[in-house]
Amino acid sequence: MSDLLSVEEITVGFGEAGVLDGVSLSVDAGEFVGLVGPNGAGKTTLLRAINGVLDPGAGTIHVEGHARDACSTRQWSQRVATVPQDTSVSFAFRVEDIVEMGRTPHRSRSQFGTSESDRRRIVDALDRTDTARFRERSIDELSGGERQRVFVARALAQDTPLLLLDEPTASLDVNHQVEILELVRDLVGEGRGALAAIHDLDLAARFCDRLALLSDGRIRAVGPPEDVLDPGVLDEAFATSTTVTTNPATGTPTVTARTDRGDSDRRVHVLGGGRLGARAIATLDAAGHTVSAGVFREGDVATETASTLGTSAVTSPPTGEVGPDAIAAAHDLASGADVVVLADVTIGSRQWALDVAESVPSVVLLEEQPLEARVLAGERARDRYQTLRERGRIAEIESLPLAVAEAQNQLQRPADD
Amino acid sequence: MRTRYRTTIWSSGLAAALVAVILVSASIGPVPIDLPVVAMASLNAIGIPTAASVSIETAPLAGLAVPVPDLAIGYTYPFSFSVPATSELIVREIRLPRIVLGAVVGFALGTAGAVMQGFFRNPMADPSIIGVSTGAAVGAVATIALPLTIPFGLQTAAFVGAVVTAFAVYLIATSDGRTPVATLLLAGVAVQTFLGAVVSFLLLQSGESLREAVYWLMGHLSATGWDEVEVTLPVVAVLFVTLVPFARDLNVLMLGEEDAQTLGIPVEWTKRVLLAVSSVMTAAAVAVAGVIGFVGLIVPHVMRLLVGPDHRILLPTSALAGATFLVATDTLARSGGQELPVGIITAALGAPFFLFLLVRREVHEL
Repeated sequence: MSDLLSVEEITVGFGEAGVLDGVSLSVDAGEFVGLVGPNGAGKTTLLRAINGVLDPGAGTIHVEGHARDACSTRQWSQRVATVPQDTSVSFAFRVEDIVEMGRTPHRSRSQFGTSESDRRRIVDALDRTDTARFRERSIDELSGGERQRVFVARALAQDTPLLLLDEPTASLDVNHQVEILELVRDLVGEGRGALAAIHDLDLAARFCDRLALLSDGRIRAVGPPEDVLDPGVLDEAFATSTTVTTNPATGTPTVTARTDRGDSDRRVHVLGGGRLGARAIATLDAAGHTVSAGVFREGDVATETASTLGTSAVTSPPTGEVGPDAIAAAHDLASGADVVVLADVTIGSRQWALDVAESVPSVVLLEEQPLEARVLAGERARDRYQTLRERGRIAEIESLPLAVAEAQNQLQRPADD
Repeated sequence: MRTRYRTTIWSSGLAAALVAVILVSASIGPVPIDLPVVAMASLNAIGIPTAASVSIETAPLAGLAVPVPDLAIGYTYPFSFSVPATSELIVREIRLPRIVLGAVVGFALGTAGAVMQGFFRNPMADPSIIGVSTGAAVGAVATIALPLTIPFGLQTAAFVGAVVTAFAVYLIATSDGRTPVATLLLAGVAVQTFLGAVVSFLLLQSGESLREAVYWLMGHLSATGWDEVEVTLPVVAVLFVTLVPFARDLNVLMLGEEDAQTLGIPVEWTKRVLLAVSSVMTAAAVAVAGVIGFVGLIVPHVMRLLVGPDHRILLPTSALAGATFLVATDTLARSGGQELPVGIITAALGAPFFLFLLVRREVHEL
């Protein structure tokens, strides 16, 4: 096996707490491997064990067949270069001085100046990272993105087969994130190997050849991004609910995490669009309910929210009467619902919204606008609305999921009344 | 190439300034002497060690005769200008020893300060930060205050006190072979506080010798002769030469210890060497001159503002600037009506200057 880096069964613990538990991983020459996983999974610890800062309690680490234990600090630093997460420097070193420090493993203590081969490496590293133009500037005057590139240049000057990067994109804005990872991609193309801890799953999927998912100190999955970024694998590692789709621009997987989804089998239908309707859909969806909605007007904010969340909603054109087909579709959706939510619903002359609402066992009403502004259809419509009000419960948007749960529980225990 | 060039320029300039300050200082005193005469007398005083012999002498210790090796060095003097005998005597035997010792002490403090500030990654660190000066003070004040006859004198006691204290602080701060700098700093502060109490107690017991003890504590260069120079100069020179190859390692250490490790520096070993060398250097200076404050703090700091943080240029320039500064301030100390301990002058000049830098926001990191 011609692995550049081979980590076998390493275990690292601080006191009682084990941080890495039998981790094995390999990186080939010409390969960019992304280390992903939740905070505290042990990504940085793994990198620190590989670069020699930490001593693993058990297991072996080899680079190009050389065991870490058998190498001096200096010999190891000729094989592994690290771009640290924190690149802030409180002393005013010039950019070139910082890059020059990358030559430390290759020069003897008695060498005061810079040899010709050192010079070539430094110039090359500055050019490759596009940092040559501020080589004379002080490191503490640079932006985070520029500083990150300088530290990549330092690692390049170190001239090692293996490059480790700890969250190279963590403190950068989006254009610099892409820039730095593109740079690493190019460097890997020249035959180096790179292992980077990256917390942004989409970026990791876009730039890495393989991903290794670390959680609770163990490798949970290793492989091409499409395989590792599987909701089944991710949900367990991140203890959340994720959706993986394909990014239309890059063609690589993109991961969306949902907040704390409850597991409810309630079906809820939302009537009444606008801002309040949109919030009602989002809140109920987040609480884990299966939501349907409509009829909404096209272009309404509630319609957009429904489509973003994948909620089924009946829509009709922005102006004009709501057609009979749309009303029939709304009846179909609502017929399976346990609870209907009336979000500041407006009652027109045909009173279809009342028809839909009356067909659902439980009613919850959100009322921000006064009744007179919303019920436009006369005495009969007002009476029907009042009846719904008496049957249902009035809620605030903040406590909507609770009100929905209560409304349904009441329905399931009629014998108690 | 650029670093070597800048180092040469700055070092040559500061060396020239040091020579100028030494000559001017030697011309100032109760008997003014013309500069050319001073220059010639000084050149006459330059001796090159050409012969050395060791003989065994005996020193009395607790009623026993203890054999002590005595090193005799033979010098060759390459210059022999004709200079009035009185002037030659004043320059050569009274003023120059003191001036040269001042230069050596300033050189040591400037170097050790630069090393400590780099080591602690903190521009407020000074050579005494791990208790070297307080340890020396305990040794010196004990010798003065207690009715003990310590062989080899006060300076040896101060030196031993300093080195033992530094080593103790190092041991306290070290566990599992690692010495975190923050722990070292705190251990240094605690030990200094404790030893400060010891010094105060000794001062209370010192009775009639209180004045002598206080005078020592303030730092002074008076009543020094070539003997002190003969011991201190080689020690400081050898230690400085030991430090220079570590300049690059110090640079890398300033980026943080983890970074230094990934760049191939054996961090703990390097820290031990740096700490030992700069502590012994400070101890050698403090033993002969007492506690001279602010030189080791201010000089490296100002030099860093002028030449940047690269230790390849910072170490030699801090050393030479420290030497120049201390010779100049000692000249002030002895040229007034009543001679003052030079420690008063360095602190009185250094502190306002530091405040000036602070107000100008030139000093902002801590």
